[in-house]
Amino acid sequence: MRPDPLRSNAVLSDPAAPGTPMGRRSFLGLGAALTGSLAVGGKTAIADPAPESPPADAPWSQSIGAGVVERPYGRPADTEASVIRRNVPWLTASAESSVSFSPLQDLHGIITPNGLFFERHHAGRPDIDPAQHKFMIHGLVERPLLLSMKDILRFPSVSRIHFIECPANGGMNWRAAQMNSLQFSHGMVSCAEWTGVKLSTLLEEVGLKKEAKWAMVEGADGAHMNRSLPLDKCLDDCLVVYAQNGEALRPEQGYPLRLVVPGWEGNVNIKWLRRIKLGEKPWHTREETSKYTDLMPDGTSRGFTWLIDAKSVVTFPCPEKPLDGPGIYEIRGLAWTGNGKVKRVDVSMDGGVNWHTARLHEPVLSKALTRFSLPWRWDGRPALVASRVIDETGYVQPTIAQLRAQRGSNSVYHNNSIQTWQVKPDGSVFNVQLA
Amino acid sequence: MYSSRKICLPVAAILLAAAGSLAGAAEPGSFGYGSVATPAQIAGWDIDVRGEDGTGLPPGKGTVDRGAEVYAEQCAACHGTFGEGEGRFPKLVGGVGSLRDERPEPTVGSYWPFAPTLWDYINRAMPMPAPHTLSADDVYALTAYILSLNDLVPYEFVADRNSLPKVKMRNRDNFIWTDPRPDTMAKPCMNDCVNAADVRISSTAEGRNLTPRTTGPLDTMQQK
Repeated sequence: MRPDPLRSNAVLSDPAAPGTPMGRRSFLGLGAALTGSLAVGGKTAIADPAPESPPADAPWSQSIGAGVVERPYGRPADTEASVIRRNVPWLTASAESSVSFSPLQDLHGIITPNGLFFERHHAGRPDIDPAQHKFMIHGLVERPLLLSMKDILRFPSVSRIHFIECPANGGMNWRAAQMNSLQFSHGMVSCAEWTGVKLSTLLEEVGLKKEAKWAMVEGADGAHMNRSLPLDKCLDDCLVVYAQNGEALRPEQGYPLRLVVPGWEGNVNIKWLRRIKLGEKPWHTREETSKYTDLMPDGTSRGFTWLIDAKSVVTFPCPEKPLDGPGIYEIRGLAWTGNGKVKRVDVSMDGGVNWHTARLHEPVLSKALTRFSLPWRWDGRPALVASRVIDETGYVQPTIAQLRAQRGSNSVYHNNSIQTWQVKPDGSVFNVQLA
Repeated sequence: MYSSRKICLPVAAILLAAAGSLAGAAEPGSFGYGSVATPAQIAGWDIDVRGEDGTGLPPGKGTVDRGAEVYAEQCAACHGTFGEGEGRFPKLVGGVGSLRDERPEPTVGSYWPFAPTLWDYINRAMPMPAPHTLSADDVYALTAYILSLNDLVPYEFVADRNSLPKVKMRNRDNFIWTDPRPDTMAKPCMNDCVNAADVRISSTAEGRNLTPRTTGPLDTMQQK
């Protein structure tokens, strides 16, 4: 018989200890029991001079609120002030060539709010005047073109929801579990609805010469950040976008114009896009030789490893969001793959001994974050919670041990391994790796 | 006349249908937005250099001596007097033979596969606080100096568009430019996948004190 996800788990030192078997019928019947346990376990509020609400009316119900356009551009509630992008100050030499991490522990659904989308800059965030921004396409083309933002906005538009992930996401955990945080271990992935022009439309407009096989894409930032892309990918699904989740791109995401290369590593999604040059061969730029290449144990390196392999992570519980006593919880998480759609996500609460298939939340979109969940009754004993994604190509997310067996631990990029969270009896959660 | 009109009418109908729907592969310039980029406009932005053969390197040249002067003024504050790197800014020198070590040191000398890429990157992005302020000659000179610090060229080396592509970089032949992934073949086992008694934590982030806090104001923690 398949183990039931709602059955509590015995792990590690006490593998034989029985949990409380709990089928679906008993899950439904547990509502009453849960209510009871909450009442028993509920904390007594510290004495407050104000009468408790309810039964009293809450203070904010006893006055008139702020008027419209008191905040002409809205912002989150003041009490959400901790939900922000954060960085690891000791990780990089300067904030201008650095990363910030999206607070995945506080996000819901699959869309990353624009102010919380992770950042990676190579020469800081330029503040560009869109009236002066120009975009050039030239090289092996029939008709080299110079476009203003006004011109670009006239082309036929499309909107697509895609994730962008930095290939160094999780890089700090190649050797060992280092970052005790979901935000810092997985926060270099975000997902947005992008609106703009298909790159193929623009390439048709300039007319490709038949020798054109590669594109060099370049930013207007101080680093003129650039990468080489094979033409097939450019013509397949790349977008030149000016909008993100319904509004103009944020400056941190490339305002006024960026490239979106669906399913491929973040750094090829050139921000502040100013130029595309068509050529016969790749350029081997600094960002595709010295950086963003993967060093193997035998001293060789892999270059042009663009694809983001399938990856998933449990976002609740996590180190930032511990459990609050035994009871019923919804394990929640995110899965994504550069190969297309997520096909299935399995969750384990016992360190990978047994797995249970999670529910995928609609919509399940190609090269987009996909939300999954699974109900779990936690009995208060130690648990090891992990998720494993399988994508539509049949690729299965590997363990860190499987990845290390292939790539050692110096390859920095593309750590898409299964993340294990250790849950202790007090509900606290820690980033661990299993042998 | 009669016969040619008979042929022309269906052709005109097809053309009208195509123009109405704008379907199918468009001719270059179909939309007609923007302007054709002029040679002068292209020349101003056409800065890219191909690493493998130096295509795109401009005229100009630079010596190791001149490079040392420019380096002291423009680069040493971050990259160290001899390329050893200050703080967490990148080392430019050293690490030769370290790529299989426990702690490899990838630098221009130990890791970079193509010398023209160094010219391109300095010209494209350096010095970080004032990019695009160096002359082509000074970028050549810096390239010569950094290659010389790494014992890749002799002291007399003069960097130019002909000499740079000929510099043999140590790690040039150690890159594989086709992605071998997927390189793991995990099977999605569901039950009793491992022996529960064998499940062992091999490392934990608990107590490592490397993680900035995730509540309250931004953490300014320094490296441990």
